[in-house]
Amino acid sequence: MLRWLFFAAFVRPLVFLFLGLKVRGYEHLPSRGPALVVANHNSHLDTVVLMSIFPLSSLPDLRAAAAADYWASGGFKAWLAREIIGIVPVVRKHQGARRSAQEVLEPVDSALKAGRIVIFFPEGTRGEPERLQDFKVGLGILAKENPLVPVLPVYLYGLGKALPRGEAMLVPQFVDAFVGEPVHFEGEVGPFVREVQTTIEEMREGAGREEVWQ
Amino acid sequence: MSALTLWVDRVVLFRPHLTHNVVIAMAGVVAFLIVATLIGQGLALVKPGKFMDTVNTRINAWWVMAGLLIGTLVLGRRAFIIFMGLVSFLALKEFLSLVPTRRSDHRALFWTYGAIPVQYVALSQGWFGLFIVYIPLYHLLVGPLRLALRQETKGFVSSTTNTHWGMMLTVFCLSHLAYMVTLGEDVNPAGGGPGLVLWLLLLTQLNDVSQFLWGSTLGKRKILPQVSPNKTVVGLLGGVLNTTILGALTAPYLSPFDTFKGALVGFFIGFAGFAGDIVMSSVKRDMGVKDTSDLIPGHGGILDRVDSLTYTAPVVFYIIYFGWL
Repeated sequence: MLRWLFFAAFVRPLVFLFLGLKVRGYEHLPSRGPALVVANHNSHLDTVVLMSIFPLSSLPDLRAAAAADYWASGGFKAWLAREIIGIVPVVRKHQGARRSAQEVLEPVDSALKAGRIVIFFPEGTRGEPERLQDFKVGLGILAKENPLVPVLPVYLYGLGKALPRGEAMLVPQFVDAFVGEPVHFEGEVGPFVREVQTTIEEMREGAGREEVWQ
Repeated sequence: MSALTLWVDRVVLFRPHLTHNVVIAMAGVVAFLIVATLIGQGLALVKPGKFMDTVNTRINAWWVMAGLLIGTLVLGRRAFIIFMGLVSFLALKEFLSLVPTRRSDHRALFWTYGAIPVQYVALSQGWFGLFIVYIPLYHLLVGPLRLALRQETKGFVSSTTNTHWGMMLTVFCLSHLAYMVTLGEDVNPAGGGPGLVLWLLLLTQLNDVSQFLWGSTLGKRKILPQVSPNKTVVGLLGGVLNTTILGALTAPYLSPFDTFKGALVGFFIGFAGFAGDIVMSSVKRDMGVKDTSDLIPGHGGILDRVDSLTYTAPVVFYIIYFGWL
């Protein structure tokens, strides 16, 4: 209930009125889960913006994969992330030891198996605005594990400029979300990841909006 | 006819900030749009095609714009001021999304948006001093200081100019239209503040349309081919002629001017509108875009729609405020 209210009364007005998000490719959105939504990642806003693209009726199914060491620690932040945003905590390191990718992604995998629409940032972290870092293999592993789950590529523009890394003030700025055609896993993990990355890069070039920072 | 007068009387009774003439002008705009819609839809039935679709999309967008304008003016002065504040916000957002900014400008940009509430609160309270000095002077001094404190000197000059000029056009200049609505019937007995707003908008927008129509039918010699390939000498002069005549005809009913002065102001509006148009065209040329955004279906962005107004609003405002005519 609180989650619904947060999105209906706060996030969506912020995203659609204050920022004025423009969405292209609504027709590619799946009406129900499971689905793996992959996008470039530059801002804390990305997650809530991606969740706002979906209709409010999809909200119960929406989850976002997020780093547990950042989002699941600390009182209010952890509560917000868990109860309101609905994160799937991903533990990158366990007691100092590196874990295998399969182990790390297990919670995301089970969320997909439970029929959720999971938002996943294959770059692993927020980068500089409009600069794409190489996608990590996690995306491919998840897709291979769930070959029937559609992978939905989304290119987000302008959010890194509206609220960049390390800034607390939100500056209004035209933002766009380009939703691409869903793809299914085929072939090998590595090539599949590169294929999705190329798709998002092509969407960026097609959008014709680069060079955000001078 | 008497039924109409009765109806207008009733509206004025409930909305005393509107005069008879203003209510009739508003009804005229609605009637004009109804006729345009009927013709547009009719032609689309007879001769369906892409051209008529574009025309009808534009007419529909005019309904929304005229609806917002008339609706807020009827609601009251404050509603119109808030509406104009929103227009400034969207226009500034468009401008700052268009021009290049640096990452280190982030916080300064945040404060740039802060100028909008200050400016609109000042004018709503009638604080002319703050209204006239806040952006052109205080922001001019403090904005660059804020950037200097960031110690990022590369691109400093273009950054300060971009943000400040954008704010001047979209907040300072446009806010003159909002200031006009606060003027009373002592300044403008025929129409009060709402009448002035309607008059200026009518002349500015019809000037745009006339320049386009003259130019596209009879225009040959391009006036500024580097900036805007569609602008012609005939378009400019024909538009100015139309607006001068229209100014003369409508001034006694909506503005404080008589027929002769109305013609003169209409003449100024014709040239000022052209100036605003080509300045924004130069911005778009420089940034390599055709429209400033796609916010208004069929029209482009909000800056595409208000570009002439950024020049006509201040020009007409001071003629009235200082009583130059």
